[in-house]
Amino acid sequence: MSAALIRLEDVAKLYRMGDVEVRALDGVSLEIGAGEFVAVMGSSGSGKSTLMNVIGCLDRPSRGRYLFDGADVSDLDPDRLAEIRNRALGFVFQTFQLLARTSAQENVELPLLYAGVPVRERRRRAREALERVGLGERLDHHPSQLSGGQQQRVAIARALVNGPKVILADEPTGNLDSQTSAEVMALFQALWKAGITIVLDTHEHDIATFAARVIEMKDGRVQTDRPQEAARA
Amino acid sequence: MSLWQTLRVALLALRRNKLRSFLTALGVVIGVGAVVAMVAIGEGAKAQVESAFASMGSNLLIILPGTTTAGGARGGFGSMPTLTWEDLKAIQTDIPSVRLAAPSLRSTGQVLSEDQNWGTLINGTTPAYFQIRNWAAGAGSLFTDSDVESGTKVALLGRTVADKLYGTGLNPVGRVIRISSIPFEVVGVLETKGQSPTGQDYDDVVFVPVTTYTAKIDAGLNNYLNGVIFVGALSPEATARAQREVTSLLRDRHRIQPGMDDDFSIRNLTEMAGVQEQGTRTLTTLLASIAAVSLVVGGIGIMNIMLVSVSERTREIGLRMAVGATQRHILSQFMAEALALSAAGGVIGVALGLLVAQRMAAGFGWPMLVRPSVILVAFGFSALVGVGFGLYPARKASRLDPIESLRYE
Repeated sequence: MSAALIRLEDVAKLYRMGDVEVRALDGVSLEIGAGEFVAVMGSSGSGKSTLMNVIGCLDRPSRGRYLFDGADVSDLDPDRLAEIRNRALGFVFQTFQLLARTSAQENVELPLLYAGVPVRERRRRAREALERVGLGERLDHHPSQLSGGQQQRVAIARALVNGPKVILADEPTGNLDSQTSAEVMALFQALWKAGITIVLDTHEHDIATFAARVIEMKDGRVQTDRPQEAARA
Repeated sequence: MSLWQTLRVALLALRRNKLRSFLTALGVVIGVGAVVAMVAIGEGAKAQVESAFASMGSNLLIILPGTTTAGGARGGFGSMPTLTWEDLKAIQTDIPSVRLAAPSLRSTGQVLSEDQNWGTLINGTTPAYFQIRNWAAGAGSLFTDSDVESGTKVALLGRTVADKLYGTGLNPVGRVIRISSIPFEVVGVLETKGQSPTGQDYDDVVFVPVTTYTAKIDAGLNNYLNGVIFVGALSPEATARAQREVTSLLRDRHRIQPGMDDDFSIRNLTEMAGVQEQGTRTLTTLLASIAAVSLVVGGIGIMNIMLVSVSERTREIGLRMAVGATQRHILSQFMAEALALSAAGGVIGVALGLLVAQRMAAGFGWPMLVRPSVILVAFGFSALVGVGFGLYPARKASRLDPIESLRYE
């Protein structure tokens, strides 16, 4: 078994749309090692979202094998996948996906709730995660009281709180202005430097420059896959 | 995730839509409240009927003398004295299921005190009568078997008669009344008995020993007992058996051929009470069923709101799944919400139902009767409604696809 944290072997994902069969992924093989910072690029329909879903254990491949941290997760049932997501993965979304009318603290506690962490420890870890993203002063704020950048940082704290191996970010700067985007990317770089593997998908080249490796998708296949010097945010 | 955590998350979600949660629970409140109130009202009415019959006497049979046929015209029961003193004795001694038997000879008459008079019912009987009817003296004492044996001129007044002759609440024991110019010493006043199920005043009566009655008031017909016989059976269960045994004994003694009509009739008070009770029970069941329908309607309200809630919170569900909620977590969260709504509705409903029942009972002058089992059943039923109508929305939520749900607009 290789040391790769994420290993896809000839993974395909097929959808039926009426009579037409859509190949969202068409034989993707790739490896992402622990501690990498990867940007997945591609236009819409390129299959990058599907790739992110498969890597994030939200979706199962129709064909091929997906090994996460050395274990085959291609055929696990939804509850086992939920457990992996809960334990080893963190998600950041374009639209933040914070629970409205719920404090930042409680939003961040959410993954720990499902991990069965006792309430005191949950509070402590949520506070620490929020301090780590620079929101230690805003524990009790509701999403509506926070700016877009702050909301995304709450979401990053939520992704961090369970101590994940990988953070998957789906267009994390899509709803942010360029100033705030740079701040959020700086935060991702800091986390990467701290040893967390980061995979983000984006269609913005500026954003991709902050990553250390860029994978370009087209028509469900990997078109290019190259390392680069990560730009400093 | 612990039960407590699940419940806490559910309560937080319900609190975000306070008015909606309240209105949803209100459906269950009305349903449970209606069930509790209706059953309580029914039980109160039943107890009312029961106590009316109980005041007549327990395990009571009344034997009425028979019919005669004269020239083709059939007289009703009581048109001819067919019961004899020997019959009474035989019933008392020969039938094991009979505890006591007493004659009751009645006529109306004018009763005089020193300065008042009152028309009432004069009843000649024996002390056994008061045992059968479970009737004690409120003042003074009952007359005794030796009074009956020696034909003493003593009288027991019903409360109404005592009030009419001597004024309300006064004690006339030791005074003398006159019936048909004959002086009787008042030995006691009976406890207030109230009204019969048909509204007749039980307390408007004067009792005298049966021997005194036949000697001084109405001689009757030698061997024949010119009245009715009250029979007290050993137990409620023995009443029907006593009725059968008395019937065959009397048919035998009166030499009635098989196929011929009885020349007497027996009223079974326990049976009549049973019929009345049946009536109120049917009414209670009917009211409770209607109330139960409203509870089901309340349940449909919960289901409706839970479905709305699931589709409103699709993205929340998707996110919860993405961060690690299993299908079971989502299922139990939505079930907990449905249950919290119905349980809250149940608790408030029980309180409301009790309040309504109390008001109604006070209004009708009924006893307020709520068995704990009714409360438990109503509450249990509301919980069942929560589970039953919460399950479908909760399952729907738990089976959502996280990817689709996160994209849901």
